[in-house]
Amino acid sequence: MTKNNESLMSFLQINNLTQRFGGLTAVQDFTFDLQQGVLPGLIGPNGAGKTTIFNIVCGFYHPTIGKITFENQSIVGKRPNKITRLGIARTFQNIRLWSEMSVLDNLCISQHANLGYGLWDAILRTSRYQTKERDVHQTAMNLLEKMNLQDHAQNRPKNLPYGIQRRVEIARALATQPRLLLLDEPAAGMNSKEVEHLIELIAWIRKEFDITIWLIEHDMRVVMNVCERIIVLDFGQIIADGPPESIQNDPKVIKAYLGNIEE
Amino acid sequence: MMHILHKYQYFILYILFSVLMVFSAQQEWINAYIQLVIMYIGINIILSSSLNIVNGYMGEFSCGHAGFIAVGAYVTSVLNVWLFASDRVFGPAILGEYWALTLFPVTLLAGGLIASLVGLLVAIPSFNTRGDYLAIITLAVNYIVKSAIENIQIIGGARGFMGMRKVVNAMQDVWDIPWMMVFILFFTGFTVWIIWRFVSSTYGKGIIAVREDEVAAEIMGVNTRRMKMTAFMLSSGLAGIAGGLFAHVLGYINPGSFTIMKSTEVMVMVYLGGMGSLSGSVISAVLFTVLLELLRPLQVIKWVVIPLMLILLMMFRPEGIMGNRELRDFFPKHDKK
Repeated sequence: MTKNNESLMSFLQINNLTQRFGGLTAVQDFTFDLQQGVLPGLIGPNGAGKTTIFNIVCGFYHPTIGKITFENQSIVGKRPNKITRLGIARTFQNIRLWSEMSVLDNLCISQHANLGYGLWDAILRTSRYQTKERDVHQTAMNLLEKMNLQDHAQNRPKNLPYGIQRRVEIARALATQPRLLLLDEPAAGMNSKEVEHLIELIAWIRKEFDITIWLIEHDMRVVMNVCERIIVLDFGQIIADGPPESIQNDPKVIKAYLGNIEE
Repeated sequence: MMHILHKYQYFILYILFSVLMVFSAQQEWINAYIQLVIMYIGINIILSSSLNIVNGYMGEFSCGHAGFIAVGAYVTSVLNVWLFASDRVFGPAILGEYWALTLFPVTLLAGGLIASLVGLLVAIPSFNTRGDYLAIITLAVNYIVKSAIENIQIIGGARGFMGMRKVVNAMQDVWDIPWMMVFILFFTGFTVWIIWRFVSSTYGKGIIAVREDEVAAEIMGVNTRRMKMTAFMLSSGLAGIAGGLFAHVLGYINPGSFTIMKSTEVMVMVYLGGMGSLSGSVISAVLFTVLLELLRPLQVIKWVVIPLMLILLMMFRPEGIMGNRELRDFFPKHDKK
């Protein structure tokens, strides 16, 4: 049964991923099959290798060993902008917006991979330039409206409150028109009210844009509320994988987070 | 009609201004010295706005702009002297005066093209090298170009290269108008026009994203390598065109004119105007050129006064005259949607 569906259903598949930095093994033998529509959470203590995995999936690092396929296409060794074009987008743990440009510009520039015109079109202002530029602008404005950010279109991100910056960053990732969205600790630095909004926002984004989300998070409220499956990483290896309820009581997970209680 | 006038208002104004300039030069309403200063202003506008692409918009620190100016100056000069002037080394003119006039812009563009290819010497290392390290590479490229020219004896080596005056004279024999003024005005407008269209498009804003956060740019789908290549090649190519114009205004060039000193001069203009502000680059090129001329009586002391002003600028207004704003940002917008 599963064998038959595999070729059909393969969305993001990571096989035996290993990443070494010099003598340090950041990720070891990580195998993970992400199905379309399921929202998994990747958790683990600091330095467990979570962000490294995201960086590899985005093409920012090239793994030492391992295979990654996205919709049956190998993405290992591809440059980040190519991977974005295939439909993977992400946000960053420490917000990385282009802070001297307007929010609108941020959302326009992130459509670079699908821009559809080049230098000569820009200089000669061809009809292709006119059409594409209008589309880009329209997409950005629509997104801002959907995310309730239209009032901030002309503001610079550095002047916005933290929670809104997070929303802008998610909007910017959505502007790349992804089918897989990686959120790296979206709740980091948020107060409890903002966290509540975030939980609603994540659920709403999944429905509204029909995309698959994969999450790294420390905030257990977010993890327990939105994740349908949890992978626990420690020292670069998966130590537990399953639905939230079973993870909560898994002794190995408790040990990884709290240390060995019996000793 | 009004719509067209409104749409092309800057273009029309610039054409009118250019015609006025050329006409007053032709009629000798302005003397040869003022004409020369105006031509220098044009060349400096090309230089500062082209360097602003890399140092301002893209946020890298290129301090080897003179290298690209030199390439353009030599390529254009050699081509022109070879084709249109009788020269001791290159023999008699190959083509006539009419050709000199029609092909002069082509040789300028050829100089720009070769300069932009030399720009690859910086562009390719810039994929993985940035900041101070890339600055050192640009410096090295500046020296490579200068020393290479010094060692090519057929184009005069360290003694320099001349004969461009004959080319300009050949053009003026066809029709006696100040051709260098015409070409400088044309290419100054051309440069500002190209750069403005580049940096105001979503495509071109990719280089600003590289400046703001390169990692984010790369991951959000900006092809950072292509953007860097475009920025460096556009910047060095335009510098090459300025070099060709410079060589023909002066009539004589030598490698000593294209050292780090020249690069610094251009950098001063960029930082004076404001990084990432095209109008700033234009304004500062005008101010700086005029200032240089006003300080001419001071002779060598000029180079004490100007760096001193740079120190004061960095201390009290590090963002330059315009910051990263444009002139139009100071006026309310009329054409909203």
